[in-house]
Amino acid sequence: MEIRRRKNQIEISELDPFLAELLRQIPVCTKTEGAPAAEQRIFSPPINGKDTELCAEWKMYVEPELRRLFETATQTVGADLEQLNGNEKSLSNRTLRIPTKHADAWLSALNQARLVIATKNNFTELELNDHLRSPIGSRRDLSLFQVNFYGFLQEFILREMD
Amino acid sequence: MSAEPLTVAVVASLIREIVLPNAAAPSTIGAPTIEEETHTKEALDVPWQVVVHNDPVNLMSYVTMVFQRVFGYPRDKAEKHMLEVHHKGRSILWSGMREPAELYVQQLHGYLLLATIEKVS
Repeated sequence: MEIRRRKNQIEISELDPFLAELLRQIPVCTKTEGAPAAEQRIFSPPINGKDTELCAEWKMYVEPELRRLFETATQTVGADLEQLNGNEKSLSNRTLRIPTKHADAWLSALNQARLVIATKNNFTELELNDHLRSPIGSRRDLSLFQVNFYGFLQEFILREMD
Repeated sequence: MSAEPLTVAVVASLIREIVLPNAAAPSTIGAPTIEEETHTKEALDVPWQVVVHNDPVNLMSYVTMVFQRVFGYPRDKAEKHMLEVHHKGRSILWSGMREPAELYVQQLHGYLLLATIEKVS
Protein backbone atom coordinates (compact mmCIF):
# COMPACT_ATOMS: atom_id res chain seq x y z
CA MET A 1 0.00 0.00 0.00
CA GLU A 2 1.23 3.48 -0.82
CA ILE A 3 -0.23 6.67 0.48
CA ARG A 4 0.62 10.11 -0.78
CA ARG A 5 -0.77 13.60 -1.26
CA ARG A 6 -1.55 14.51 -4.86
CA LYS A 7 -2.76 18.09 -5.27
CA ASN A 8 -6.22 18.19 -3.70
CA GLN A 9 -6.41 14.49 -3.00
CA ILE A 10 -4.95 11.91 -0.71
CA GLU A 11 -4.22 8.88 -2.81
CA ILE A 12 -4.02 5.40 -1.34
CA SER A 13 -2.74 3.12 -4.05
CA GLU A 14 -1.68 -0.51 -4.22
CA LEU A 15 -4.47 -1.36 -1.78
CA ASP A 16 -4.63 -5.12 -1.48
CA PRO A 17 -8.09 -6.72 -1.15
CA PHE A 18 -7.66 -7.25 2.61
CA LEU A 19 -6.91 -3.59 3.38
CA ALA A 20 -9.57 -2.47 0.89
CA GLU A 21 -12.07 -4.59 2.80
CA LEU A 22 -11.00 -3.02 6.11
CA LEU A 23 -11.58 0.41 4.61
CA ARG A 24 -14.98 -0.63 3.28
CA GLN A 25 -15.91 -1.61 6.83
CA ILE A 26 -15.39 1.90 8.27
CA PRO A 27 -19.07 3.00 8.05
CA VAL A 28 -20.34 -0.27 9.54
CA CYS A 29 -17.80 -0.09 12.35
CA THR A 30 -19.10 3.31 13.48
CA LYS A 31 -22.48 1.79 14.41
CA THR A 32 -23.16 1.56 18.12
CA GLU A 33 -26.46 -0.36 17.94
CA GLY A 34 -26.51 -3.22 20.41
CA ALA A 35 -23.38 -1.96 22.16
CA PRO A 36 -24.41 0.29 25.07
CA ALA A 37 -20.80 0.84 26.17
CA ALA A 38 -19.85 2.10 22.72
CA GLU A 39 -22.97 4.31 22.61
CA GLN A 40 -22.00 5.69 26.01
CA ARG A 41 -18.47 6.41 24.80
CA ILE A 42 -19.54 8.18 21.60
CA PHE A 43 -22.20 10.19 23.44
CA SER A 44 -20.44 10.76 26.74
CA PRO A 45 -22.07 12.82 29.52
CA PRO A 46 -21.16 16.53 29.71
CA ILE A 47 -20.65 16.49 33.44
CA ASN A 48 -19.44 14.07 36.08
CA GLY A 49 -21.78 13.50 38.98
CA LYS A 50 -25.47 14.02 39.20
CA ASP A 51 -26.59 17.05 37.25
CA THR A 52 -29.63 15.27 35.89
CA GLU A 53 -31.09 18.48 34.48
CA LEU A 54 -28.03 19.18 32.32
CA CYS A 55 -27.77 15.54 31.24
CA ALA A 56 -31.44 15.48 30.25
CA GLU A 57 -31.09 18.71 28.26
CA TRP A 58 -27.93 17.38 26.65
CA LYS A 59 -29.72 14.21 25.54
CA MET A 60 -32.59 16.22 24.15
CA TYR A 61 -30.76 19.01 22.35
CA VAL A 62 -27.06 18.23 21.93
CA GLU A 63 -27.03 14.51 21.21
CA PRO A 64 -29.24 14.73 18.12
CA GLU A 65 -26.89 17.40 16.74
CA LEU A 66 -23.85 15.24 17.42
CA ARG A 67 -25.59 12.23 15.89
CA ARG A 68 -26.27 14.23 12.71
CA LEU A 69 -22.66 15.45 12.64
CA PHE A 70 -21.28 11.93 12.92
CA GLU A 71 -23.71 10.49 10.39
CA THR A 72 -22.88 13.19 7.85
CA ALA A 73 -19.16 12.40 8.20
CA THR A 74 -19.81 8.68 7.82
CA GLN A 75 -21.97 9.25 4.73
CA THR A 76 -19.20 11.32 3.12
CA VAL A 77 -16.69 8.56 3.79
CA GLY A 78 -19.15 5.93 2.55
CA ALA A 79 -19.54 7.82 -0.71
CA ASP A 80 -15.74 8.04 -1.16
CA LEU A 81 -15.45 4.33 -0.46
CA GLU A 82 -17.73 3.50 -3.37
CA GLN A 83 -14.58 3.69 -5.48
CA LEU A 84 -13.67 0.35 -3.95
CA ASN A 85 -16.97 -1.32 -4.86
CA GLY A 86 -17.58 -3.54 -7.83
CA ASN A 87 -15.75 -6.64 -8.88
CA GLU A 88 -15.69 -7.69 -5.22
CA LYS A 89 -13.97 -10.99 -5.89
CA SER A 90 -11.08 -9.48 -7.79
CA LEU A 91 -7.73 -9.95 -6.12
CA SER A 92 -6.20 -7.02 -7.92
CA ASN A 93 -5.03 -4.02 -5.96
CA ARG A 94 -7.12 -0.88 -5.85
CA THR A 95 -6.62 2.85 -5.54
CA LEU A 96 -8.67 5.14 -3.34
CA ARG A 97 -8.65 8.90 -3.81
CA ILE A 98 -9.90 11.05 -0.94
CA PRO A 99 -10.56 14.73 -1.70
CA THR A 100 -8.71 16.84 0.89
CA LYS A 101 -11.96 18.73 1.54
CA HIS A 102 -13.27 15.44 2.96
CA ALA A 103 -10.36 15.17 5.41
CA ASP A 104 -12.43 16.23 8.44
CA ALA A 105 -15.13 13.70 7.60
CA TRP A 106 -12.50 10.97 7.34
CA LEU A 107 -10.90 11.96 10.64
CA SER A 108 -14.31 11.82 12.31
CA ALA A 109 -15.40 8.51 10.79
CA LEU A 110 -12.04 6.86 11.48
CA ASN A 111 -12.19 8.10 15.05
CA GLN A 112 -15.76 6.88 15.53
CA ALA A 113 -14.81 3.46 14.16
CA ARG A 114 -11.68 3.21 16.33
CA LEU A 115 -13.58 4.17 19.48
CA VAL A 116 -16.46 1.79 18.80
CA ILE A 117 -14.17 -1.16 17.98
CA ALA A 118 -11.95 -0.47 21.02
CA THR A 119 -14.94 -0.17 23.35
CA LYS A 120 -16.67 -3.28 22.00
CA ASN A 121 -13.46 -5.28 22.47
CA ASN A 122 -12.60 -3.62 25.75
CA PHE A 123 -9.00 -3.08 24.63
CA THR A 124 -6.60 -2.03 27.36
CA GLU A 125 -4.15 0.84 26.98
CA LEU A 126 -1.36 -1.75 27.00
CA GLU A 127 -2.89 -3.60 24.05
CA LEU A 128 -3.49 -0.40 22.12
CA ASN A 129 0.14 0.60 22.55
CA ASP A 130 1.54 -2.82 21.73
CA HIS A 131 2.69 -2.18 18.21
CA LEU A 132 4.89 -5.27 18.20
CA ARG A 133 1.97 -7.62 18.74
CA SER A 134 2.22 -10.89 16.85
CA PRO A 135 0.41 -11.29 13.53
CA ILE A 136 -3.36 -11.68 13.39
CA GLY A 137 -4.43 -14.94 14.97
CA SER A 138 -7.90 -14.23 16.28
CA ARG A 139 -10.91 -11.99 15.79
CA ARG A 140 -9.61 -9.82 18.63
CA ASP A 141 -6.21 -9.47 16.94
CA LEU A 142 -7.94 -8.48 13.73
CA SER A 143 -9.95 -5.81 15.55
CA LEU A 144 -6.78 -4.44 17.12
CA PHE A 145 -5.09 -4.38 13.73
CA GLN A 146 -8.12 -2.52 12.38
CA VAL A 147 -7.86 0.11 15.15
CA ASN A 148 -4.16 0.58 14.41
CA PHE A 149 -4.65 0.69 10.63
CA TYR A 150 -7.34 3.36 10.97
CA GLY A 151 -5.05 5.23 13.37
CA PHE A 152 -2.26 5.15 10.79
CA LEU A 153 -4.61 6.71 8.23
CA GLN A 154 -5.64 9.36 10.73
CA GLU A 155 -2.00 10.23 11.38
CA PHE A 156 -1.34 10.59 7.67
CA ILE A 157 -4.39 12.79 7.10
CA LEU A 158 -3.45 14.96 10.08
CA ARG A 159 0.08 15.39 8.78
CA GLU A 160 -1.21 16.39 5.37
CA MET A 161 -3.58 18.95 6.89
CA ASP A 162 -0.81 20.56 8.93
CA MET B 1 -0.99 89.74 49.39
CA SER B 2 -2.58 88.45 52.51
CA ALA B 3 -4.87 85.44 52.44
CA GLU B 4 -8.28 85.57 54.09
CA PRO B 5 -8.13 83.74 57.41
CA LEU B 6 -9.68 80.24 57.13
CA THR B 7 -12.62 80.47 59.45
CA VAL B 8 -15.58 78.11 59.76
CA ALA B 9 -17.72 80.62 57.92
CA VAL B 10 -15.29 80.82 55.00
CA VAL B 11 -15.03 77.03 54.73
CA ALA B 12 -18.82 76.67 54.83
CA SER B 13 -19.15 79.28 52.11
CA LEU B 14 -16.59 77.49 49.92
CA ILE B 15 -18.36 74.18 50.38
CA ARG B 16 -21.66 75.72 49.39
CA GLU B 17 -20.07 77.14 46.24
CA ILE B 18 -18.38 73.92 45.27
CA VAL B 19 -20.97 71.34 46.21
CA LEU B 20 -24.16 73.32 45.84
CA PRO B 21 -23.45 76.05 43.27
CA ASN B 22 -27.13 76.97 43.02
CA ALA B 23 -27.90 76.54 46.64
CA ALA B 24 -29.74 79.79 46.65
CA ALA B 25 -32.21 78.58 44.01
CA PRO B 26 -34.93 76.18 45.05
CA SER B 27 -33.88 72.62 44.34
CA THR B 28 -35.88 70.60 41.84
CA ILE B 29 -33.70 67.49 42.15
CA GLY B 30 -35.35 64.67 43.97
CA ALA B 31 -33.69 62.32 46.36
CA PRO B 32 -31.14 60.15 44.62
CA THR B 33 -32.24 56.67 43.67
CA ILE B 34 -30.04 54.09 45.23
CA GLU B 35 -29.84 51.12 42.94
CA GLU B 36 -29.21 47.81 44.51
CA GLU B 37 -26.51 45.86 42.74
CA THR B 38 -27.83 42.57 41.42
CA HIS B 39 -26.09 39.54 39.98
CA THR B 40 -27.50 37.23 37.40
CA LYS B 41 -27.65 33.55 38.19
CA GLU B 42 -24.91 32.96 35.61
CA ALA B 43 -22.57 35.50 37.18
CA LEU B 44 -23.03 33.88 40.55
CA ASP B 45 -22.22 30.53 38.97
CA VAL B 46 -18.76 31.62 37.80
CA PRO B 47 -16.34 30.02 37.39
CA TRP B 48 -16.78 26.74 35.61
CA GLN B 49 -14.02 24.83 33.91
CA VAL B 50 -13.73 22.65 30.85
CA VAL B 51 -11.88 19.43 31.61
CA VAL B 52 -10.61 16.94 29.04
CA HIS B 53 -10.05 13.40 30.28
CA ASN B 54 -7.59 10.79 29.09
CA ASP B 55 -8.66 8.35 26.45
CA PRO B 56 -6.24 5.69 25.21
CA VAL B 57 -7.81 5.54 21.76
CA ASN B 58 -7.59 9.14 20.58
CA LEU B 59 -4.25 9.90 18.95
CA MET B 60 -2.00 12.49 20.55
CA SER B 61 -1.65 14.41 17.29
CA TYR B 62 -5.43 14.40 16.87
CA VAL B 63 -6.05 15.72 20.39
CA THR B 64 -3.49 18.49 19.81
CA MET B 65 -5.23 19.50 16.59
CA VAL B 66 -8.61 19.59 18.35
CA PHE B 67 -7.27 21.88 21.12
CA GLN B 68 -5.83 24.21 18.49
CA ARG B 69 -9.10 24.32 16.59
CA VAL B 70 -11.54 24.60 19.47
CA PHE B 71 -9.62 26.97 21.74
CA GLY B 72 -7.41 28.67 19.15
CA TYR B 73 -4.34 27.71 21.15
CA PRO B 74 -0.91 27.81 19.52
CA ARG B 75 0.59 24.41 18.89
CA ASP B 76 2.96 24.41 21.89
CA LYS B 77 0.15 25.28 24.32
CA ALA B 78 -2.14 22.67 22.76
CA GLU B 79 0.63 20.07 23.06
CA LYS B 80 1.23 21.01 26.70
CA HIS B 81 -2.44 20.36 27.49
CA MET B 82 -2.46 17.17 25.44
CA LEU B 83 0.55 15.85 27.39
CA GLU B 84 -1.11 16.83 30.66
CA VAL B 85 -4.17 14.79 29.67
CA HIS B 86 -1.91 11.90 28.67
CA HIS B 87 0.25 11.88 31.81
CA LYS B 88 -2.10 13.15 34.51
CA GLY B 89 -5.37 11.81 33.16
CA ARG B 90 -7.00 15.23 32.75
CA SER B 91 -6.33 18.83 31.91
CA ILE B 92 -8.28 22.04 32.48
CA LEU B 93 -8.57 23.68 29.10
CA TRP B 94 -10.65 26.72 29.89
CA SER B 95 -12.53 28.37 32.73
CA GLY B 96 -15.24 30.97 32.84
CA MET B 97 -18.99 31.20 32.66
CA ARG B 98 -21.12 28.10 32.38
CA GLU B 99 -22.75 28.75 29.02
CA PRO B 100 -19.55 29.05 26.94
CA ALA B 101 -18.09 26.17 28.94
CA GLU B 102 -21.00 23.98 27.81
CA LEU B 103 -20.47 25.11 24.22
CA TYR B 104 -16.80 24.16 24.39
CA VAL B 105 -17.71 20.73 25.74
CA GLN B 106 -20.22 20.31 22.93
CA GLN B 107 -17.51 21.10 20.37
CA LEU B 108 -15.07 18.71 22.04
CA HIS B 109 -17.71 15.96 21.97
CA GLY B 110 -18.12 16.71 18.27
CA TYR B 111 -14.48 15.67 17.94
CA LEU B 112 -15.18 12.63 20.16
CA LEU B 113 -12.99 13.74 23.05
CA LEU B 114 -13.99 12.91 26.62
CA ALA B 115 -14.78 16.32 28.04
CA THR B 116 -16.88 17.60 30.93
CA ILE B 117 -17.68 20.85 32.66
CA GLU B 118 -16.90 21.20 36.35
CA LYS B 119 -17.59 23.91 38.84
CA VAL B 120 -14.36 25.27 40.26
CA SER B 121 -14.22 24.09 43.83
